[in-house]
Amino acid sequence: MNILPPLAVALPLSAAALLAGLNRHIGRRISSLAAIAVAAATLWISIELLIRSIPNTIVYWFGNWQPRHGIALGISFVIDPAGAAMASIAGLLTLAALIFSSKYFDSIGTLFHVLMLVFLGAMSGFALTGDLFNLFVFFELMSAAAYGLCGYKTEEPAPVQGALNFAVTNTVGCYFMLTGIGLVYARTGALNLAQIGHALDQGGPDPLVIAAFTFMACGFFVKAAVVPFHFWLADAHAVAPTPVCVLYSGIMVELAVYAVARVYWTAFSGAFASGTQPLRALLVTMGIATALVGGGMCFGQRNLKRLLAFSTISHVGLMAIGFGFLDVHGLAGALLQILGHAGAKSGLFLCAGIILHRCRTVDEMELKGKTRNLPFTMGALVVAAAALGGSPLSGISVGDTMLESAARHEGYGWIVWVSTAADVLTSAAIFRFAARTYANLGPAQAREPEQPQKTEEKPETDKGSQDTPAVMFIPAALLTVASLLLGVSQGLQRFMVTAAGRFEDHAGYVRRVLDNVPVSLPVAATVPHEDMLHGVVTVGIAFALGVVFLVWERGRKSLTAVARPVMLVRDLHSGHVGDYVTWVVFGIAAFGAAALLSLR
Amino acid sequence: MKRKTRTRLFLVGACALAVVFALGVAGLPPLGHYRGPYGDVVNAISVPERHVTDAVTAVNFDIRGFDTMGEEYILFTSVMAVLLLLRKQKNEPRHEHEDHAPGRNGVETSDAVRVVSLLLVGATIVFGIYVVTHGQLTPGGGFQGGVVLATAPLLLYLAGEFKQFKKAVPRELVHAGEALGAGGYVLIGLGCLAAGGAFLQNVLPFGTKGSIFSGGTIAVIDLSVGLEVSGGIALLLMVYLEETLELKQE
Amino acid sequence: MSYLPYGVAIWIFLVGLYGLITSRNFVHLIICLSVVQSSTYVLLAAIGYRTGSAAPIFADIPQGTPAVDPVVQALMLTDIVVEVTVVALLLALAVQTHKRHGTVDPDKLRALRG
Repeated sequence: MNILPPLAVALPLSAAALLAGLNRHIGRRISSLAAIAVAAATLWISIELLIRSIPNTIVYWFGNWQPRHGIALGISFVIDPAGAAMASIAGLLTLAALIFSSKYFDSIGTLFHVLMLVFLGAMSGFALTGDLFNLFVFFELMSAAAYGLCGYKTEEPAPVQGALNFAVTNTVGCYFMLTGIGLVYARTGALNLAQIGHALDQGGPDPLVIAAFTFMACGFFVKAAVVPFHFWLADAHAVAPTPVCVLYSGIMVELAVYAVARVYWTAFSGAFASGTQPLRALLVTMGIATALVGGGMCFGQRNLKRLLAFSTISHVGLMAIGFGFLDVHGLAGALLQILGHAGAKSGLFLCAGIILHRCRTVDEMELKGKTRNLPFTMGALVVAAAALGGSPLSGISVGDTMLESAARHEGYGWIVWVSTAADVLTSAAIFRFAARTYANLGPAQAREPEQPQKTEEKPETDKGSQDTPAVMFIPAALLTVASLLLGVSQGLQRFMVTAAGRFEDHAGYVRRVLDNVPVSLPVAATVPHEDMLHGVVTVGIAFALGVVFLVWERGRKSLTAVARPVMLVRDLHSGHVGDYVTWVVFGIAAFGAAALLSLR
Repeated sequence: MKRKTRTRLFLVGACALAVVFALGVAGLPPLGHYRGPYGDVVNAISVPERHVTDAVTAVNFDIRGFDTMGEEYILFTSVMAVLLLLRKQKNEPRHEHEDHAPGRNGVETSDAVRVVSLLLVGATIVFGIYVVTHGQLTPGGGFQGGVVLATAPLLLYLAGEFKQFKKAVPRELVHAGEALGAGGYVLIGLGCLAAGGAFLQNVLPFGTKGSIFSGGTIAVIDLSVGLEVSGGIALLLMVYLEETLELKQE
Repeated sequence: MSYLPYGVAIWIFLVGLYGLITSRNFVHLIICLSVVQSSTYVLLAAIGYRTGSAAPIFADIPQGTPAVDPVVQALMLTDIVVEVTVVALLLALAVQTHKRHGTVDPDKLRALRG
């Protein structure tokens, strides 16, 4: 019998329990090595599963509870290439984060490694499961580990507030999701995604199904930091330790978008088949708002980690748009975006961690001119910014191309302006950071539209060092280079298109899980040619914007006039948890109302 | 946002949300008309196939045992996170545990409270073990029994002082016990894997219906969960009491 | 009567959120959060109910007696115990907030703006 699927979760979780039991008895070095070994093993398991899932989706029934007469009794893992790919990314980023933090990170007993391993196990289970309540349980487990890791630096005031905002907002999202699950269970009497999909196929989009989808999707969207549920993300990133931010931005929020797609395509796509047009409009609108708000806010930040957090929000908007097109190329574009973004963003966060370690701050104004002695790190930062902006042959660039091809196909050809704006704004902010801190450009004081006040950030490592440790730099460099060159292989793009096709094959999924019918292998995929000129232009504009903003006084003044609305939006980011939850309620109500009015 | 704006925005959203919610709920079957089929199938098979008379436990620890493993780990993770968050800081002065919060007058525990609490400690422990081990027969199980067991040292604290509580809950031992309970669940699953079945497949003999040794792995998992929950909650209580009683006020 | 429990669930959900948003004390806020969770329990329990049926414990009733749904009960009972520890986590954050900021009033926290 196939033993790999349960091991992907059982290995990190049991290792976490073991490390917790040996809390005071083993030193930091052994704990770190053990955690790295387990993360590497889990990564290997995920990749093995990925390879084995290509010929036929793997279905694994826990407790050997096979379905009887079409009723699924036990919990299943349904592993298709897209899910295994997400689990592999989780494993890779956890490995990188653990290597990064192995030598200098201020760890408390073994607790940091325990929480990281639980986080990894939860993310793997989340990506691989085929049961709705199991999805919810792993979602909660992921969240519990994330809250603990976020509030890690309890000696400072900001992390505690950030962790509290994060925890309260996400928990409210969890409760909405549970309500949605309850409604679906009442209608279908099932918790297995394939069985739910089969049952909902018989009916249409009546108000119960629409309400259930609203609650579930928006619960996930809170975690994914889609506007207007996004307020907590910047707070959490600004205060969490850097290796943890790598996981948040690199895979945690992306998994939430993946979950909406998974739940939609397995359970709801049959019921909503008649309403694809309005649903597409709704999802794409949310994605556009997210991409633009994220990009605009990103440019106005002076704390590097908060800046990167908003750029994550912006790119999540693009992923949401890709999924929101509800077609194969759109989803493939979103998957490529996820892959490219994971590499670039984790590289950026690791570089931020190196800067924090060497210079003891990540505030842009404080660092002005001070990163001259970090040429390699700043070089990696700039290269990663280019990869983030969609430089030619990068993962984000091919993702954008795929997205735009889907957009043209569905009649949304103007989306290219949105994706370009998001790419430009997010990478321009980092170019500006590099220009100010390395080349010492720009005025000494922060002027509008930048923030006047700085956020506190204490270093997270024991002591600074004279040079950048290899154990910190190498993961950053490798991830950045990977993201930069991801678009080289046409094979990868074809693979993503076939993976997306399998993902969206609702009938095939149901047959595979309930009746054990092997999935049909798709015909050769068509892949649009990458628009390299677009990539060059985007990165060029971003670079110009970032540098020119600093040196050209008149340019900055006119930009300030244009950025008025962004500054109004920035005022909404008050740090007050009541505000955040109000926006969650408002957003879910708006989504629900729009869905009810347009889908019936 | 100002308070008033926030409240108004919320009320608008809440009204719309109530409408969405109500329309959704209107599509549910009316109360008392549960249609199945999941629950009906489980009710039909829990005794014949697993010799377990408590169908809820059969669902929790066998049919959907993987979920319960995840839930148990949420408990474990939250306790670890609390240990992390309320850890002793380097610059926080702590003094020997006192019987009352600093700055307040201590109250002598009355004799009645003392006697009753001490009498109840034994009863609580017995009852807790009963609930844990009889999970497959009657309502109960590791989760509920674990919480009952964790209140036994709390009764010691009520009867006496924090010192007694600390002696009854030696921190490292309970921490290790809790980790053992959490890891134990996964190890049982891996054991089933090693025995040639699926993960968490019930490979032990099912025993006779109505006896404690029924249900196969369900009984074993019950014990593991009971250990974990009682250890976790006892740790939580201890950490919070330390926080309140040992911290010097600035 | 037949839809009353569902209405109660909706009401509890929204009241809990209202308390959360207008709260001036983090401890109160966290308790409001657990009130919101209680509404999901009411919803789930009501969904699994069947009129005139017994509890799904077959120790003293014969196998085959109509019983209510054990699955929702199983989902709920683990959730209840787990919620205790999640609330403990949040309260630990509230305790630390008091130590670092000197207050537990959300309106007065100023560390994260913009």
